[in-house]
Amino acid sequence: MAFPETHRSVVLAVRSSDQQERQRALEAVVAAYWRPVFRHVRARFRVPDEEAEDLAQGFFAAALEKGWLARYEPERGRFRSYLLACLEAFVANQRRAGRRLKRGGGVTLVPLETENADGETRELPLADGSDLDADFQREWARSLFALAVAALRQRCLGTSREVAFALFERYDLEDHDASERPRYADLAAEFALPVTQVTNHLHWARHELRKTVLEKLREITASEEEYRAEARALLGSEPA
Amino acid sequence: MTTPSDGALDHLRRVTQWPDLSNTRYELVGEVARGGMGVVLRARDRELERDVALKVIAVEAADADTAARLRREARILARLEHPGIVPVHDVGELPDGRVYYAMKLVSGKRLDELLREGQPLRERLRLLLRICEPVAFAHAHGVIHRDLKPENVMVGPFGEVLVMDWGVAKHRGEPPAAGAAAASTAAPAPDATAHGTIVGTPAYMAPEQARGDVERVDARSDVYALGAILYFMLTGRAPGRLPASPEAPTRTWAGPRHASLAPGITPPREFDLELPRPLEAICLKALALEPEWRYTGATELAADLGRFLEAEPVSAYPEGLLGRARRFASRHRTPIVVLLAYVVMRVVLLLVARV
Repeated sequence: MAFPETHRSVVLAVRSSDQQERQRALEAVVAAYWRPVFRHVRARFRVPDEEAEDLAQGFFAAALEKGWLARYEPERGRFRSYLLACLEAFVANQRRAGRRLKRGGGVTLVPLETENADGETRELPLADGSDLDADFQREWARSLFALAVAALRQRCLGTSREVAFALFERYDLEDHDASERPRYADLAAEFALPVTQVTNHLHWARHELRKTVLEKLREITASEEEYRAEARALLGSEPA
Repeated sequence: MTTPSDGALDHLRRVTQWPDLSNTRYELVGEVARGGMGVVLRARDRELERDVALKVIAVEAADADTAARLRREARILARLEHPGIVPVHDVGELPDGRVYYAMKLVSGKRLDELLREGQPLRERLRLLLRICEPVAFAHAHGVIHRDLKPENVMVGPFGEVLVMDWGVAKHRGEPPAAGAAAASTAAPAPDATAHGTIVGTPAYMAPEQARGDVERVDARSDVYALGAILYFMLTGRAPGRLPASPEAPTRTWAGPRHASLAPGITPPREFDLELPRPLEAICLKALALEPEWRYTGATELAADLGRFLEAEPVSAYPEGLLGRARRFASRHRTPIVVLLAYVVMRVVLLLVARV
């Protein structure tokens, strides 16, 4: 996804008078929020996967059609909280009306990348009712990291940094217990590199990932204050 | 698009903040702890092929003052070579400019976690004796810890004790401000006075420290904290204290000087009447409101505690004739029982002979 080169807030760009920019902004919001929205609907309303998918899809379509996202006022709170409130109201209305949703009125808003994620979410347990907010936040963090990792991979492909990403994928992305994680010396042998190079590559990849996560965060927050607060929640520290 | 699993997500959130160890002898293994000022990481020392703990300033706290404080903490630790104080191996600067120091990687449990397992009283007291040793050693070298609390004591698998986190320690002769602002656990600013910045943890902090009266903070302030740890060992809770105010009531205890306790402290026997009075007296003497009413240092406190464990009279508790007799009986139980048995046997034999 090429949008946006300038890291302009997509949350604000959804109000743009330029139809194309508005569409791209919405796509960016959907990429970051589709998965948390889907999982939240499934857990909060105890609906099967297919219905949760329909509701999530319908929610984003309605948000586009009725301009809900454009009505967000940054001074009244976090975008994440606003989106969640809109979602709750939307799903409650839909269920009250007992209507089956049209799948997005013919507009597909589910980002292609989430097709895999969809399969994975089916395997994850439902969140406990009391943890719905925490679960929404965690899924949002997962989406953001997934987007940042995808962007990092894209940046490394076909360049001299390809090996850095491969090491990063092997050491940091694979799901290891701390005891199972390979040692740098093992990676050095596997990639035929000196250990110091492994350290350098890993540090570069982590540093770039942090930068990319913060860039993505900047895109989907509306104000400096929200950006810093979300960075604290996401990374445990303020952006430097 | 790869969607990270829960474990991978947690790992990614951590590693994006890990420091750059390029061109150092260390290889990051994981995170041990995180505080306001810094993060403690487990790292592999490739030169010596051993794991160490690296204390590194957190990204958001990385400024010249914090760097100076971390170097100062490392220097204080390096001066204190004692088995009860974690040794520093190395101090330096990472490629990203952040200061770090490497120290022994400590294994074991935090004292507060260990105490929750319900050790017998005598074992708990022996632990405190072992805590007093490195603190007394530091006092002898002019260093006051200023943040002693159960969370800052590690107990190893063989009962060995390590006093940790010397980040707000003060060295004798340092200007009052040195290290004062270093506390990650610093109390809220409104409590600060013109004398200095408050450092330490409120429940374990001596009253003079809580007032920010830096000039009066000395070894006896650590004695107060040790008394608070003893209080925790006896009652399972930290000594609650009311905020200092002229209206706050002060309590007295039946010590030799009827010294006042800091406001709000409930004597331990009010929670458990079976606690021996001399032990309560030791605890309350350490927790006295004014430094001059406390033990002069960790050595004196340990000596009194040792006397209690040996069933000898303790300086904190003036006992009556009955108390002395009870203590004598408990100390010499075996010979007294033998003597009594002998006397009973002689009396019985005498009676039998008369019949």
